[in-house]
Amino acid sequence: MISTTHGLILAAVLFALGLTGLLARRDVIFVLMSIEIMMNAAGLAFVVAGARWGRPDGQVMFLFILATAAAEVSVGLALILALFRRARTLDVDAANRMRG
Amino acid sequence: MQDLLWLVPGLPLLGFLVLSLAGGRLSRPAMAAVGTGSVGASAMVATLVALGFHEPFRQVLWEWMRVGEFAPTIGFRLDALSLVMILVITWVGFLIHAYSCAFMAGDAGYRRFFAIMNLFVAAMLTLVLADNLLFLYLGWEGVGLCSYLLIGFWYQDPANGRAARKAFIVTRVGDTAFAIGLFFLIAQVGTLDIEEAMTRAGSISAATAAALLLGGAVGKSAQIPLQVWLPDAMAGPTPVSALIHAATMVTAGVYLIARTQALFALAPVVQTMVAVIGAATLLLGGIGALAQRDIKRVLAYSTMSQIGLMFLALGLGAWPAAIFHFMTHAFFKALLFLAAGSVTLSLHHEHDIFRMGGLWKSLPISFATFLIGAASLSGMPFVTAGFFSKESILGSAWERGVGWWSVALVGVLLTSLYIFRVVFIVFFGEAKTSVAPRRDVLLTLPMVALAILALVGGWIPIPVGVFEPHVGVASVVSMAGIVIAWSLRAPLAFPGVDFDGLYERAFVRPFLRLANAVGRDPADAVSFGPAWAAATAHRLASATQTGSLRWYAAGIVFGGVVLLAVVLWW
Repeated sequence: MISTTHGLILAAVLFALGLTGLLARRDVIFVLMSIEIMMNAAGLAFVVAGARWGRPDGQVMFLFILATAAAEVSVGLALILALFRRARTLDVDAANRMRG
Repeated sequence: MQDLLWLVPGLPLLGFLVLSLAGGRLSRPAMAAVGTGSVGASAMVATLVALGFHEPFRQVLWEWMRVGEFAPTIGFRLDALSLVMILVITWVGFLIHAYSCAFMAGDAGYRRFFAIMNLFVAAMLTLVLADNLLFLYLGWEGVGLCSYLLIGFWYQDPANGRAARKAFIVTRVGDTAFAIGLFFLIAQVGTLDIEEAMTRAGSISAATAAALLLGGAVGKSAQIPLQVWLPDAMAGPTPVSALIHAATMVTAGVYLIARTQALFALAPVVQTMVAVIGAATLLLGGIGALAQRDIKRVLAYSTMSQIGLMFLALGLGAWPAAIFHFMTHAFFKALLFLAAGSVTLSLHHEHDIFRMGGLWKSLPISFATFLIGAASLSGMPFVTAGFFSKESILGSAWERGVGWWSVALVGVLLTSLYIFRVVFIVFFGEAKTSVAPRRDVLLTLPMVALAILALVGGWIPIPVGVFEPHVGVASVVSMAGIVIAWSLRAPLAFPGVDFDGLYERAFVRPFLRLANAVGRDPADAVSFGPAWAAATAHRLASATQTGSLRWYAAGIVFGGVVLLAVVLWW
């Protein structure tokens, strides 16, 4: 039996890793993957909380997150393709033409 | 008949409204017909009214406004003085309009031209017919506005716009004095009705009121020290110059003083000032006219000088003589301008008299009419109108003292000198330019009509007074002027009197410096402060829009952390 605390710590570590990747990575595919990691960290937190109180809500929420992640990946990959066609690169910093 | 009086200013106003509101749909001949016809119809009505004129009367249309006791009306008053004025304004105005149909043919602003000319005539007629000073002031300002619009008629050239602004601002100086004079009269007399104000004027300090009205008259009539706008006003089309100089605008000051002469009679000091200003302008205008090369500028200085002669007569109390001279001056000055316009039109808009010459053969009608105008201006005995009016002014000057008379005599000499100098330079000698004569019956007929008036106008009985013609020294002097003019055909080297440069140094530059100095005072912080704050905030907010995706993500994370912290620890 894994304690709730351990599960939440794992979720927090995963979320922090994903956030770091999001802020530090310049390759747009890695940015997308970091977002996936963060979403799964959130899903893990839901599952752990559901197990803590013995209710199915947490797992239902995780299924929702999986569906959202699938939709997000399809839109995200389309955006990446569009970016590549326009800029001929996958560097997010290249897409900075909308400066104020 | 007399009930039709309101139509005299009403018809040109109607012409203005038709041309400006519906004129876009009219063909060009229709525009000219409306513009000229309205003034022509107004001249007809004025003649009808004049034929039935027995005694002064008023026609009040409605009450303009009422503030306590002060209730100016929209009303007209016709007496001998305004009768002479409206006849001259409408008939001379009509001839100038007819001339303009041909002169302005082909100009892109045909409709605008006739619309403003009609408004100009309407404003001037309002000025001379108004029964109270406030209504008169409306016409007065209307005349100022129209002169601005017409002097700057060819506004594509910035110099013309500058001349128009100069005319407007300089006359504004006089108008301000006039407006203060009106306030003063309301405060002292309690009414602006001209008749009542004149009868009650004895009880107040007439000198102040008269001096303020004189300020307005000096500005409008281009007398020293506010004469600088008139030569620059030549930037407008020639018919405009003719209208400004002969029938409208500059004679408004003469009319104002003649109209309020009861007030001036109560203030002998101010009246003497009128005579002094008139005498100074008479001489300086004549000297200035000798120094000019532009044919229209010679005529402008000539007008200044002749209005000075009228002011001299007014200042000596001989207002009927001044009005008589106004009438003959309107004939021959309009004629001179129209003839000069036909000359420049045939010479591809050449204005420099020293590039003309020998034109009497190629432009016989222009030569004949200009010669008649010049003869009338210099007062040829018996055969010209100018002789009678000049003699009547000189006669009244003689009665007031030999000093005034000799000043007027020097003016007469200068007049025949500068105008016949122009005649000799332009029409005699050898030809210097190629001439392409413009023959148009609409150009010729008004000139011939005015030439006849300039010859026989002196015999017209006018109801302001009876004038006995007699040949005096003045005729000899003006003949002598013609002889001297023949020997003065070369360009003269002296520059005239540089009032423009003087005013530039004395008023314009100090004013600009002052405006620059007070333009940045602390009081502006109230209005500039919020603007500065908004601009700075905008710059800061705009700096966060780096366009970098990762900075935005970091911003979202930072905001999320802050919000979480607030929720957890609040």
